[in-house]
Amino acid sequence: MSNVPSDLKYAPSHEWIRVSGETALIGITDHAQHELTELVFVELPEKGRQIKAGEACSVVESVKTASDIYSPVSGEVTEVNQAVTKDPKLVNDDPYGDGWFFKIKMADPAEVDKLLSSEQYSAQIG
Amino acid sequence: MKRTPLFGAHQKLGAKLIEFSGWEMPVHYTSIMEEHLAVRRAAGLFDISHMGQVSFTGPAAQEFLNRTLTNDTRKLAVGQGQYTLMCNPRGGVIDDLYVYRLEAEEYLLIVNAARIGADVKWLEQQRAVFGEQAGVRLLNASEMFGAVALQGPSAATILSQLLRGGSAGGTRVTQVSDLKKNQTGRWNFNNHSVWVSRTGYTGEDGFELVAPAALIEGIWDKLIALGMAHGLKPAGLGARDTLRTEVCYPLYGHELDESTTPMEAGLGYFVALDKGEFVGRDILATQKAQGTNKKLIAFKMSGKSAPPRPEYPIWSAGPEGEKVGEVASGTQSPSLGVGIGLGYVPTQHAVSGTALEIEIRGKRSPCAVVPKPIYRKSSVN
Repeated sequence: MSNVPSDLKYAPSHEWIRVSGETALIGITDHAQHELTELVFVELPEKGRQIKAGEACSVVESVKTASDIYSPVSGEVTEVNQAVTKDPKLVNDDPYGDGWFFKIKMADPAEVDKLLSSEQYSAQIG
Repeated sequence: MKRTPLFGAHQKLGAKLIEFSGWEMPVHYTSIMEEHLAVRRAAGLFDISHMGQVSFTGPAAQEFLNRTLTNDTRKLAVGQGQYTLMCNPRGGVIDDLYVYRLEAEEYLLIVNAARIGADVKWLEQQRAVFGEQAGVRLLNASEMFGAVALQGPSAATILSQLLRGGSAGGTRVTQVSDLKKNQTGRWNFNNHSVWVSRTGYTGEDGFELVAPAALIEGIWDKLIALGMAHGLKPAGLGARDTLRTEVCYPLYGHELDESTTPMEAGLGYFVALDKGEFVGRDILATQKAQGTNKKLIAFKMSGKSAPPRPEYPIWSAGPEGEKVGEVASGTQSPSLGVGIGLGYVPTQHAVSGTALEIEIRGKRSPCAVVPKPIYRKSSVN
């Protein structure tokens, strides 16, 4: 059974977002890391990049395949987690903690309201 | 989609299933990485029931196969097998396969799942050309058999617990672990015949077992249970692919097709030009003498990069670099921890040590042509 913390919001494409004021931290869910299996490569967006909600902005690769990661909200990337590019397995080991992907300054914080609650996301992944 | 007799066993083990050339097969049970490393360090068990079995019997079976396949079947004693290829008259590969001599006048071909239809059609045509009167009977027995591959350094120990005693046919040995590479023997299991060969597709020691379809789940379950104490894991097609890529075994549809020759693929060792006439011989002899325009290379990424994947462009190095080929197989090597792959390039770029670049999502990353196999037992601790 996957871990789905109740204090986060979720995109149907398996990213989580932790909002604090106008900034948000983004990563992929425990369910996603489990489905992807052990990651061997993570490519993050460049700091300063402007991203639209739903835009592919990171790539994760397991031994088998490459998968796009989408931003749940629009805004400017203000920080990226270089630790996961050095050690992609951090995403598997701690998807909601050390395995975060990037921080974004939100262009439209109201976008968060359209995302899934933990209950809704749990129902989606069954 | 077609299912093997082990489909229920895969479901019970919680396998992640994918489509593979028309078959619903396990890609992994836990993860490719874990299963790959289990095979390198202990043992893995693969369902290979999707592969095809075509049997040939009759006094002219040996001669027929020698005219149809590239390797020399005259070298096969009863109980021996060999890797071989089946080519069209242009030297293109129709399939790569194993042929076993089970009895004096009985041969078994193990062919790729995706090629069963094409192979049987071609073999029927060739038999018509060869002449019906010669007495060669062909039977596509693919539906009748299931098969598993037990691979890894612990394979012999585990299999010795399943099959006690000596063989009843093929190569005669007093215990299964006495079979040598490419030998095959027949064992009795629950009053049925199981053919066991010391072969595989992983670069490790190991065995492949072919048994009547109804028997295969019992064999699978017993091997899983017996293997547990030895670190055996069920392993899916994902690990099968990374294991064979590390040791540079070709996969039909990636490194081999009907417009690629064994010489271009670096498989000249399995083409017996001295045995007399066989389909494709003329062009293959010419290529052996004059060389080929393109060659299959193995490459290793030079630094940290995303893993190379099939169809990614291969470039010659430097500012003047141009596209010289395409990745045929590529992955992150679980054993070496770097990106590796195989691909065809013009012969002038195929020399070991040549610097090349792989284009990954629009960016080029450096790699180098390396000797095959990419992974050897001694290359890591």
